[in-house]
Amino acid sequence: MSWLDHRTGIETAIRNFLYEEIPSSSGWHQVFGSIAVFLFLVQAFTGALLAFNYAPTPGDAYNSLRYILTEVTGGRLIRGLHHWGASMLIVVVVLHMTQVFLYGAYKKPREATWMVGVILLVLTMAYGLTGYLLPWDNRAYWGTVVATQIASHIPLAGAYLSRLLGGDNAVGVVTFARFYGLHVLLLPPATGLLIAAHVYLVRKHGVAPAPGDEVKSRKKFYPGQAFKDTAAIFAAFVVLFAMAAAVRVPLDRLADPTDATYIPRPDWYFLFLFQTLKFFDGPLAVVGSLILPSLAVLALLLVPFLDRGQVLRVTRRTVAIGVVALALLGWTSLTVAAIVTTPTPDNTVAIDFSAPTDWIGLSPQELAGIGYFRREHCASCHSLDGKPEAPSGPGPDLANVPVKKSAAWMMEHFKHPAAMVPGSSMPAIQLSDAQLNTLAAFLLKLTPHNAGALANAPDFAVGAALLYQTKNCGSCHQINGVGMKIGPPLNGLARRRTKTWVVRHFANPEALSPGSFMPPYRFSERETDDLIAYLFTLPD
Amino acid sequence: MPVTEQSGVPASVTRRKLYVGMIYGLWSLMTAVLSIPAAIYLLIPPRLRKMPEWAEAGDVSKLEPRVPVEMVFRQNRVDGWKIESEKTPAWVVKLGDSQVVAYGPQCTHLGCAYHWDDNRSYFLCPCHTSVFSVDGAVVSGPAPRPLDRYETKVENGKLLLGPLHSSKEKV
Repeated sequence: MSWLDHRTGIETAIRNFLYEEIPSSSGWHQVFGSIAVFLFLVQAFTGALLAFNYAPTPGDAYNSLRYILTEVTGGRLIRGLHHWGASMLIVVVVLHMTQVFLYGAYKKPREATWMVGVILLVLTMAYGLTGYLLPWDNRAYWGTVVATQIASHIPLAGAYLSRLLGGDNAVGVVTFARFYGLHVLLLPPATGLLIAAHVYLVRKHGVAPAPGDEVKSRKKFYPGQAFKDTAAIFAAFVVLFAMAAAVRVPLDRLADPTDATYIPRPDWYFLFLFQTLKFFDGPLAVVGSLILPSLAVLALLLVPFLDRGQVLRVTRRTVAIGVVALALLGWTSLTVAAIVTTPTPDNTVAIDFSAPTDWIGLSPQELAGIGYFRREHCASCHSLDGKPEAPSGPGPDLANVPVKKSAAWMMEHFKHPAAMVPGSSMPAIQLSDAQLNTLAAFLLKLTPHNAGALANAPDFAVGAALLYQTKNCGSCHQINGVGMKIGPPLNGLARRRTKTWVVRHFANPEALSPGSFMPPYRFSERETDDLIAYLFTLPD
Repeated sequence: MPVTEQSGVPASVTRRKLYVGMIYGLWSLMTAVLSIPAAIYLLIPPRLRKMPEWAEAGDVSKLEPRVPVEMVFRQNRVDGWKIESEKTPAWVVKLGDSQVVAYGPQCTHLGCAYHWDDNRSYFLCPCHTSVFSVDGAVVSGPAPRPLDRYETKVENGKLLLGPLHSSKEKV
């Protein structure tokens, strides 16, 4: 016996844990519990990492999350792991439960193990509900408004529940603090304790045997089953990591309580509950919001007492298989129904706010300048990153030129590069004077501060700005304070009009705005899409 | 008859070795794949959002030679997800006819605020009694290096301050 073991007993404890005897029928179908514990640990780890760069108050929450996503190295991956890990945990917990249910492993004397498991399932969903608010974007805000409203409509307890959740019918700083407190202070230790109790009960009663196991010799957990658990955990981890690295977690715009058009939806695993609500109107609403969900949880808790028969081989448990199939069918149809009945909003465009969005504040002229800059491949010789120490191409870094040239100088230089800069190997730019003007105007405003916006501007916005400049829209309209005010300023268009309206307006302005002298425009489908997306992203 | 048994190792032993190897291997791999991004996330400084800019500190045309003056200026500082506009002091002194230097407000020992003592003509730090001369050099005390200096330039008699640099030279 080693020195350490003599003093702490740790090695003996680990040995006892690993060399547990398990039934000979144990195998791959029993790996889900281990995966769930692993995913819970990943959530705790990535959650702590996120908390290190996160300010848990409305407003700051959104800004700090954007900081994690756009500035902190690896922040996007960590958030991806936490976000997809949550979804995966739900899937794995349900799979674990389904396996135990199908095999009848909840039967005497394992009723308590099963019931602790049901509570763990509810806790897992509570993480999803409270974590949903924490990005404090529009999606989070409106989703939580609906969730807290449901709670407040519960008879008798509703008012108290609503007060417990931090607001009398309003989602604000107190609600946020309550949700954050639940998510990081109360739920994790509760989950930890219940997992410990759950595992203790599994060990106390032993892994549930299948019929026929009593005549076969038992085997050890380590290393055979431990390997199977490890391999399954690894497979889950590979899927999780791939999703975190490849699938972008969206971020909506900052929560806007005045947005009257937002269509709130919960995360995918709550859609079935959301859809259930729709079947019950008026005084019956409580059936969908409280009675049915409570009955479902109660039924799950009582499963071991409802089914007290002999343990059968899994293939002969036809009722159990039927129940699982029915549940799956019901869940799928409710979820699909919720998805297909979600209307597409006609006044919003999906902008990914998890990427830098400083380009939104640029004028159309500056954005179009970016377009010409990209189209003429200026960046192959000129860097723009505003970092003096970074190695530059053959041309000078245009964000860091020591002396700004005049627009006239640039125009000449674009047309006859070598005439203005002797020895320059830059080719002449084949653009019209108006286009060169736009490019020069953009370069004049370029500083190390705003150069970042150049790389971030998405193609649709640049394409739309190019079109906007070509069609001289700025001679009547104003965007971000630039342009004339003969026509209405275009900022805040999303609040005033729908996309359909604007598309029809392009084709025939007079018909929709009597007295308008805006000429009709025929844009290609691509041009329309770009313009609409751009116009509907403009800040108010 | 299995091949392994001919080499004197039973098949079950080989399989057991494979299991144990895989368990150790996969857990090490997963630990590494999780902890390396975590270390990067915590240790690599975030991308710089704003370049340092010149801030105007005040009029230096009437400064008396070798008499430091405390000037307070407003500076934008990137602080995590925020950009704070904050008041920052600098000790400005004219050392030569055309040379104006501006010292950072913290002692180079442990960051206490020091002050200029008119009677003794030294910068004195109240915490651990570091003493600096008017040109920023350490006269006595535990300070490891001369006072930090802002990058400076003078335009039309106004002093502009850039980023703060610490002197590399040791005492």
